[in-house]
Amino acid sequence: MKSIFARTARLSGAAAAAAALAFAGQAGAADPQGDTIVLGSAISITGKYSQEGKNAMDGYNLAVKMINERGGITVNGKKYKLEVKYYDDESKPSNTAQLLERLINQDGIKYALGPYASGPTKAAAPVTEKYKIPMVEAEGASRSLFTQGYRYLFAALSTSEQYLAPAVDIAAAYAKAQGKNPADLKVALVFENDPFALDVRAGAADEAKKHGMKIVIDDKMPRDLSDISATLTKIKALKPDLLLASGHTKGAVTTVRQMKELGAYVPVVAMTHCESANLTGKFGGDANGILCPTQWAETLTYKDPLFGTAMDFYHLFKKTYPSYGEVPYQAAQAAAVIEIWADAFQRAQSFDTEKLRDALAATQMQTFYGNIKFDSTGKNIAKPMVLRQIQDGKYVVVAPAEYATEKPQLPRKAGS
Amino acid sequence: MTRRSLLLQVAILAAGIAAPFLFPGHTLQVAVLWMMILFAMTWDTMGGQMGYNSLGNILYFGFGMYVCAVTQIGMVYDVAEYTAATGAIKVDFTRQEYFEGLALGVLLAALGATALAAVLSRILLGLRGPYFAIGTLGAAIAAAELTAAWGFVGGGSGISMPVFPGGPGDRERFFYFMFLVAAVLCYLFLRWLYGTRFGLAINAIRDDEDKAEALGLHTVRYKTVAWCTSAFFLGIAGALFGNMNGFIEPLEVAYPTLTFGIFMVAMTLLGGKGTLWGPILGAALFYTIQQITWTYLLGWQYIALGVLIIVNVVYFQQGIMGWLKDRKPEWFGVRVEPVPGSAARDGSS
Amino acid sequence: MWENLQILFAAPVFNVQLLLNGLTVGAVFALAAYGLALVWGVTNVKNLAQGDFVMAGGYGAYEFSKHGLNPLYAIVPTAAVMFVLGWLVYRLVIKRVIQLDLFTSLLATFGLAIVIQQALNLVFGPDVRTARSGLAEIQMFGNMVTVSEIRLVAFALCVLLAIVMVLYLKNSRMGQAIRATAQDPRAARVLGVNTDRVYALTFSINAAICGAAGALIAMIWVIQPFYGIAYSVRAFVIVTAAGLGNLPGVILAALGLGVLEQYSGFILGAQLQQATVVGLLLVILVWRQILLLRQRKALQ
Repeated sequence: MKSIFARTARLSGAAAAAAALAFAGQAGAADPQGDTIVLGSAISITGKYSQEGKNAMDGYNLAVKMINERGGITVNGKKYKLEVKYYDDESKPSNTAQLLERLINQDGIKYALGPYASGPTKAAAPVTEKYKIPMVEAEGASRSLFTQGYRYLFAALSTSEQYLAPAVDIAAAYAKAQGKNPADLKVALVFENDPFALDVRAGAADEAKKHGMKIVIDDKMPRDLSDISATLTKIKALKPDLLLASGHTKGAVTTVRQMKELGAYVPVVAMTHCESANLTGKFGGDANGILCPTQWAETLTYKDPLFGTAMDFYHLFKKTYPSYGEVPYQAAQAAAVIEIWADAFQRAQSFDTEKLRDALAATQMQTFYGNIKFDSTGKNIAKPMVLRQIQDGKYVVVAPAEYATEKPQLPRKAGS
Repeated sequence: MTRRSLLLQVAILAAGIAAPFLFPGHTLQVAVLWMMILFAMTWDTMGGQMGYNSLGNILYFGFGMYVCAVTQIGMVYDVAEYTAATGAIKVDFTRQEYFEGLALGVLLAALGATALAAVLSRILLGLRGPYFAIGTLGAAIAAAELTAAWGFVGGGSGISMPVFPGGPGDRERFFYFMFLVAAVLCYLFLRWLYGTRFGLAINAIRDDEDKAEALGLHTVRYKTVAWCTSAFFLGIAGALFGNMNGFIEPLEVAYPTLTFGIFMVAMTLLGGKGTLWGPILGAALFYTIQQITWTYLLGWQYIALGVLIIVNVVYFQQGIMGWLKDRKPEWFGVRVEPVPGSAARDGSS
Repeated sequence: MWENLQILFAAPVFNVQLLLNGLTVGAVFALAAYGLALVWGVTNVKNLAQGDFVMAGGYGAYEFSKHGLNPLYAIVPTAAVMFVLGWLVYRLVIKRVIQLDLFTSLLATFGLAIVIQQALNLVFGPDVRTARSGLAEIQMFGNMVTVSEIRLVAFALCVLLAIVMVLYLKNSRMGQAIRATAQDPRAARVLGVNTDRVYALTFSINAAICGAAGALIAMIWVIQPFYGIAYSVRAFVIVTAAGLGNLPGVILAALGLGVLEQYSGFILGAQLQQATVVGLLLVILVWRQILLLRQRKALQ
């Protein structure tokens, strides 16, 4: 008797077989014995970080293109081209881990690039560690990534607590110069409720407490809405001396826009993601005076044989991707990641992941993005975070002192 | 149940058990497939069998996830301290600690989710139709935000889960089998449940709640038990998924209302709601298609998925099972008599 | 939390700021919710893609500003374009789900939502965008209270819309047809109303209103292909709170929601804004249930 169970079971069996066939075609794509070395990345192609994910992808792709145009990487006398295989993690850490496993298990990826943002990177790191796949990343800055004893994780960027701490120090210095006690300063913290921003906040809050400053506002921006008018009303009421904000690109745009709209003026303002938000392009004079920490600035004097100087990279990137107003550091650090991998291949002269891991650990190079040297935990200890200020519509380096080209203009003179 | 169907179900089970050994690279994907099947089955209990379309079942998933995480960590560390460090404390669990924590965590997750369902039932089950749907969606969103605002469980920074002891490959297989067991248990339980008076009762509620109440059915009791059943299995799924993922946080991992939360519904509708096998088929098909479009149609995958949902809903609301019932009623034990004097339905005289 | 409350008592002028913020924000939400209420009431379709229509409208304003035109002028053309798009969507998708199970329409519009999101992402890219209206701010009470003119424009538009819609529905023939269909589609059909056209018109009007709302949002906040959800959620909360068929109630509920969000953001912190909103919804729903239950008991 043909029962419903029989038929449906047969249908599901057929469906499963079809699925298996569809997936089977994917196996073994990353064979370095061919002509290509394939790197793998699960990154935010869609979802709330899609803009920053695209910045990073453009950086990866430009570096790959440049290296391939020069003939590629030479290992054991043979030239290999580079290629990156991407999956979309939709800005969700739950997908990042799964997709990395897929890259490793199904696509045979042995060399990983990082995802975008600390949350996804925190999900990714245990995976690459487990499979002993070296991962070089430059978009996940959380301190906590480097306390777990990971041996296969290498981060080219400066860690999260360094983002806004220098701005706090500048505010303290400014207060002293005015004859005020830094401990009298009132601080407003406005951070998005996500792993990266909260890490930045932790670093900034620690620095503020070190100076004895008082935190009068500590609000978290909701992830799903782009309105902080209630918080800004509080700022108008409490008149803090220093505003520290981080909310990825959306947070930067919203803060600057609404500060002007609500007439909420704070003398010293520092926020992340200014370049990615293209504040100067969008808001002109209203963005004046804002302190913007950046992992990289095109005015710095780093250089490397592939891209030339930082400024050379800046021009090349804008030429290749004309839609960009400013070149965000997310793109620069992604390009540097590819350079680090290329350098590791050249030195290791091998495709073995263990040898590559050791080569990566011994990296000591200068790229247009900055100096790269990893400590035993995998973080880059040779490149400081740089603080810039928007002065007359341009980004100008104001800290640390040895890289500064101008003095910070405080209090900020906003207005067009 | 015929011998043939029994054999085939055993065959599926055998395939399920063999899968991670036959396709080791796909273990995690198929594990998530079992989870999707569980999602669809539990949603159908409420939506298909009982007519209470819930958009917030994912609430129990996330709740279970967090209960399990807090239990696992709480057994070894101080939870508040651990989460405040946002991952800076290196997790160092022994094998025994890990499995003990996991076992207790899953148990508490299931019980906790059930208890939560019992409480929410009193509040939300009085709502009908679309108001219930929106009310549950609201509850799930509120849960996500409240969790994100609660420092004890890590707030927006999330919680880094303990690492699975054992080599690569072990972890995937372990969670695969956990999910397989959970899905199979859920299936067996629901199959038994729908065969009892309970099944008839919730169908009666679906067909006309007021009449059912008038006939003396304690609708409130049945509704609550149905939701608690769903919550029980969802809590387990949440606990397992959180551990499998390695890192949990409120909006994206624990309470993904707009992905898993709605996928649950879409999968069941695709397969045919109100049937036992409909959700299973629908989940398998939906998930397979989703994985294929994610791989091959990168950049377009949501468009493909959206079109699939629209086409399914517009042209195909009865789902695969309903369509099958229409086309091949004999499979369902329904005999279609030809009308005397006119041609037979299937061509025979 | 208590310090924040104290501020409000110590300096009452900030209540004015919060109120103004809230009312203007609420006005924009009202635009998003109004169309939803109309569609839900007339066609019984619950449009989960509402927020995405809004975002699409926002891109209209963005395109205008990209070409050097003042995006304020974009409001009407954007609404017109969205009207046409709404008509198309109705013909292709909505028409077929209207007669069906109420819940399937929700799912169909969800499918629509994710298609629109990704289409916007493909066409316009994932960058967060804004449009500058070039309008200024008005300072009051010695700079303690500031309100930007564009927000006042939004408020004015909302009020204007409410008046126009009420008059239209009451006095015009089509408006009466719409109301008739909302009350009883079968009877309306019997009496010669072309319900299909009524449905199409209602849906298109909804899309147009959303488009206008989106244009305003691009000028007041930011737009991005995946940010529509926040508006969908709020629209649903507002319509559910106001109750179906209660169009003036929708406006009031929206304004109330805006103000409530501002106050909860101020007192409790921005991270709990949405939870407050949703919590209020649950309270209202449950309260209504209790009332209904009492009615039922009274009848027995």
